[in-house]
Amino acid sequence: MTDKKQNPLDINGPNFSPNMYLDKLFKESNLKQIMDHENEVIKDTQTLHSDMQTLVYENYNKFISATDTIRKMKTDFKKMETEMDLLASNMSSITSFSDQINSTLHDTREKINKLSGVHTLLQKLQFLFKLPTTLKSRMEEKNYIQATQDYLHAQRVLQQYGDMPSFQGIKSDCESILTELKTELRKQFANPNASAKDLAESVDLLLQLEEPPKELCLEFLSCAEKRLSEQLVMLKDQSEQRDIIEFVDLGCSGFLSDLCLVVASFHDMFINRVNIENVESSDIFENFAAVELDSFVKQNMEKYFNLVQSKVDSEQDVGDTSTLVQALDKFYRRTELITLCKDVDFANYATDIVINAGRKQCKAHLQILKMHFADMITKVRQTLTTPKLITQDDSSKNLSELLNSLIMTIVEKIKGVLQDLVVFIQPDIHFAQKSQFKDSFCVDNVREGLIVCFMHHFTATARSFCSKGAADPKIPPTLLLLLSKLCLDFRNGSVRFLLSQTDELFNIYPKYNAALTNENEINNTMQESAQELLNYYVRIQALNCSQMLRKSVETRDWLHTIEPRTVRAVMKRVVEDISAIDATVALLYEDQGNVTEHSSDSSRKAHSISVSKHQYRSNWSSYTPNHLDSALVSNMHRLFSERIEIFSSVEFSKVSILTGIIKISLKTFMECVRLKTFSKYGLQQIQVDTHYLQLYLWRFVADENLVHFLLDEILSSAVHRCLEPALMEPSVVDIICERG
Amino acid sequence: MDNENSVIYGLEFQARALAPQLAEIEKIKFLIGTQSLKQANNQIHVIEFHEETSIVETSVFYHSEGEIWKINTSPTDPLKLATCYNSVTGESSCSMKTAILTLPEIESSDTIENLEIVTKLDTSIFGSDVKTTDFHPTETNTAVSLTDTQLILWDISGSEGKNILNIPLEGKNSPKFTNGKWNPHQNCSQFTTATETHLKSYDIRSGDLAWSIDNAHNQLVRDIDYNMNKQYHLATCGDDAFLKIWDFRQPSMPVFSRSDHSHWIWCVRFNHFHDQLVLTASSDARVLLTSTASVSSENILETCASEDNEELETKQKLKDGPLQWCEHEDSVYCAEWTPADPWVFASLSYDGRLLISHVKKSLKYQIML
Repeated sequence: MTDKKQNPLDINGPNFSPNMYLDKLFKESNLKQIMDHENEVIKDTQTLHSDMQTLVYENYNKFISATDTIRKMKTDFKKMETEMDLLASNMSSITSFSDQINSTLHDTREKINKLSGVHTLLQKLQFLFKLPTTLKSRMEEKNYIQATQDYLHAQRVLQQYGDMPSFQGIKSDCESILTELKTELRKQFANPNASAKDLAESVDLLLQLEEPPKELCLEFLSCAEKRLSEQLVMLKDQSEQRDIIEFVDLGCSGFLSDLCLVVASFHDMFINRVNIENVESSDIFENFAAVELDSFVKQNMEKYFNLVQSKVDSEQDVGDTSTLVQALDKFYRRTELITLCKDVDFANYATDIVINAGRKQCKAHLQILKMHFADMITKVRQTLTTPKLITQDDSSKNLSELLNSLIMTIVEKIKGVLQDLVVFIQPDIHFAQKSQFKDSFCVDNVREGLIVCFMHHFTATARSFCSKGAADPKIPPTLLLLLSKLCLDFRNGSVRFLLSQTDELFNIYPKYNAALTNENEINNTMQESAQELLNYYVRIQALNCSQMLRKSVETRDWLHTIEPRTVRAVMKRVVEDISAIDATVALLYEDQGNVTEHSSDSSRKAHSISVSKHQYRSNWSSYTPNHLDSALVSNMHRLFSERIEIFSSVEFSKVSILTGIIKISLKTFMECVRLKTFSKYGLQQIQVDTHYLQLYLWRFVADENLVHFLLDEILSSAVHRCLEPALMEPSVVDIICERG
Repeated sequence: MDNENSVIYGLEFQARALAPQLAEIEKIKFLIGTQSLKQANNQIHVIEFHEETSIVETSVFYHSEGEIWKINTSPTDPLKLATCYNSVTGESSCSMKTAILTLPEIESSDTIENLEIVTKLDTSIFGSDVKTTDFHPTETNTAVSLTDTQLILWDISGSEGKNILNIPLEGKNSPKFTNGKWNPHQNCSQFTTATETHLKSYDIRSGDLAWSIDNAHNQLVRDIDYNMNKQYHLATCGDDAFLKIWDFRQPSMPVFSRSDHSHWIWCVRFNHFHDQLVLTASSDARVLLTSTASVSSENILETCASEDNEELETKQKLKDGPLQWCEHEDSVYCAEWTPADPWVFASLSYDGRLLISHVKKSLKYQIML
């Protein structure tokens, strides 16, 4: 739109409208401007005019020359037309001539063709006639490849014309040579020196000769099997003489590499190549071959694994773990590398073997540990039974040393075993990285199977002394004490140490594995065993004392006894025994608290005696007047004193142990006294005896009142059982006891 | 624990002889013999317990012959009893004797009578100590006395016991009998004794040893009791604080063994009716009622019954172990069931206290239902 509006006013535009332009000019400009514009327009018109004139002039000459050229061309074309007509006529004459020649030469050309055909046929025939001889010579040269190729050349012809009489001879010759060739090639299979390449070549040729591939592959496998089994037999023979590393090396380099070769060549020969020729049957064949190969490989690997397994088994007893591990590692790496079968992972089998080996090794170690432990126990038992150890002071100091050395040896032994086994999971050992192996080995075998199992064995053995004890009185009681302390010490540290050591060495995280045996569990059984042993120890020792006391009361005729002059020897013996027990127990249980309480403060000792004496006398004096009173007193006493558990569980302290022993002994004493009838002097003898015990036994127990109470009971029982109850003067009793 | 369902009866004297009146199956009656060296003081208390009212009725008789160590009652005659007693004979001498006494048929409430000796049994030539005199379970005129070295079979029809047979105890180191009991099974032809740690059972027809269990306990065997409902089963107890039940056809191992006491066990008794209830008395001053359900005769009945009757299978079987206990102040030497009631038992402690207790109701129902 703008164009159209502008255009009528544009002087140079094509739509210029002079009227509009003038109107606009008149409207917008004053006179002077119009005048100026007129002049300008006039001037412009004049220059344009002159320009047009020069243009016309310049182009005029060019038009002239152009018309000239066109005219000339017109004449030239006319000439050319005539020449072209001439050429056409000449060409037609040439074609007619050539047709003539062709027809004349046709016959001769056919003859020549026939002749050359005959010539090639003759050449082929000559090759055929020569074939048997060439084949023979090739055979002699052992150039089987060439021979095969030659035969293959001639094969089709022979097949086609084989039934013609003239060719029959040749054919049969060829065939006989061919069978010879085939047998020759098959021999290669059996030839142990033949390289795999040779074999492959032979198979290749045989396949080319259209031997049935199935048969071939079976034959090939059976030959290979024969050779491999030779290898295996060799390995077996060697297995006894060589150590395990050499054995594994031998297995790897000999058997495994051979097997690999066989498999590789089998693949090349049968599986990969067949499909080139015949797609349809090759699939079937390939499957067949693969199955055959798989079963073959499986069988052989199985044999090999069995061999390795038995070798590993036999090696286990020797116990050189690092060699074993090295050998296993080598074996495992090698096995893992080869992938012989698609669907069977031999690495798994190998892992199984390794795991088995690990388990066996752990079991062997456990067995050794158990044996060692039993040995130690017997040794300790022997040392304890030799009497000098118990009686002589300097040697009985060894008891704690004995205990310490026992703990040390057990812990060291286990540590040694752990160190030995840790070789299995060294980072450079390949199979150790397998979680399958690691899990079962670290947790099941080492921790649970070895360490925990040993701990259980440990407590079971310790406990067996308690239950068997009834049948076997020869066990020295000190052994029980020692074992009890041993269990306790184990509970208090060694168990944790060993478990944490194990966990650390074998990277086990017990927190994340609920199936693991808890430390507390073991500690509890340890504690229980320790308690059981200690209770049993107390019972045994108390029984010894009780037996003495019982016999002494039962065998004496208390009605006809003389006035007491001394403490009976049995009491001294009892005190001596208890002191001895005290000494023995003190070696293992040091009671810090009670030691200070009793021995460091001498004044307290004196005090306690005096108090006890006072108490004692007051009781005694009350017995004399009449029975009712004394019964009342003892009943009152009983009312206010706590019930005494006689065969109660003891604590792990010297005082508790001795209290237990004394309690049982004194209770026995009382029961025996109650079964007897006493004369005056008999009663007085009991009075002396109890006073003597009073003097010596209080220091062994935690609560003196307990001893007082029991002795009071004994005496009051004796008073009751006396025909003529009259007690001795306490001062006389004192004198007798001190003299004794 | 549950002394609230027991009745206490106190004696002035110490006592270690307690016996149920075996021939009395209507009333709950126990006999206690006291032990005092002042001869004339010794008494026999006949205690009748009325279950409904929980009242104890006693009649006291003097036993001036001596202090009583053991009482046994006749299983056939409710009035007859046998005592083993220690008689003080001089200034400083005494001797153990045994005799068969009889209770008066009509009690005179005013005076305390002295019990009459029916049959004297003179054991002085057989041994210095008398452990027990036990009536034959069925024959009224036969009894056995056990001295420390001999077993004596008496004919007690007359006023002097006639010695029919005596079997001396043989062995090294002069072993001694501690206790003995008739075997109530097999026509009552066996008398079983305890000596040291062994059991010996004699055939009283021939005087031969019928069977024995050596080392039944680690220490002295104190008491024996036969299971009335199960042949071949007997319980023993001893100084090793063990209660054991034996099938004497297998002397190598006890069929049941527990140690719940903390001192010697002096007495063991099967319940006459429900033999899974076993009573033991110990010098730890406790009487324990223990379940031995796994070896009881009811166990067998139950398994037989459960085959054809499924309802019975739902019956809750008792677990083995202690069921209930009674506390005494002193050693308990005797505990006895009464033949009149399957749920009542008595225990006697040395300080002369008799405790008559019931089996807990819950247990009772568990066994009965």
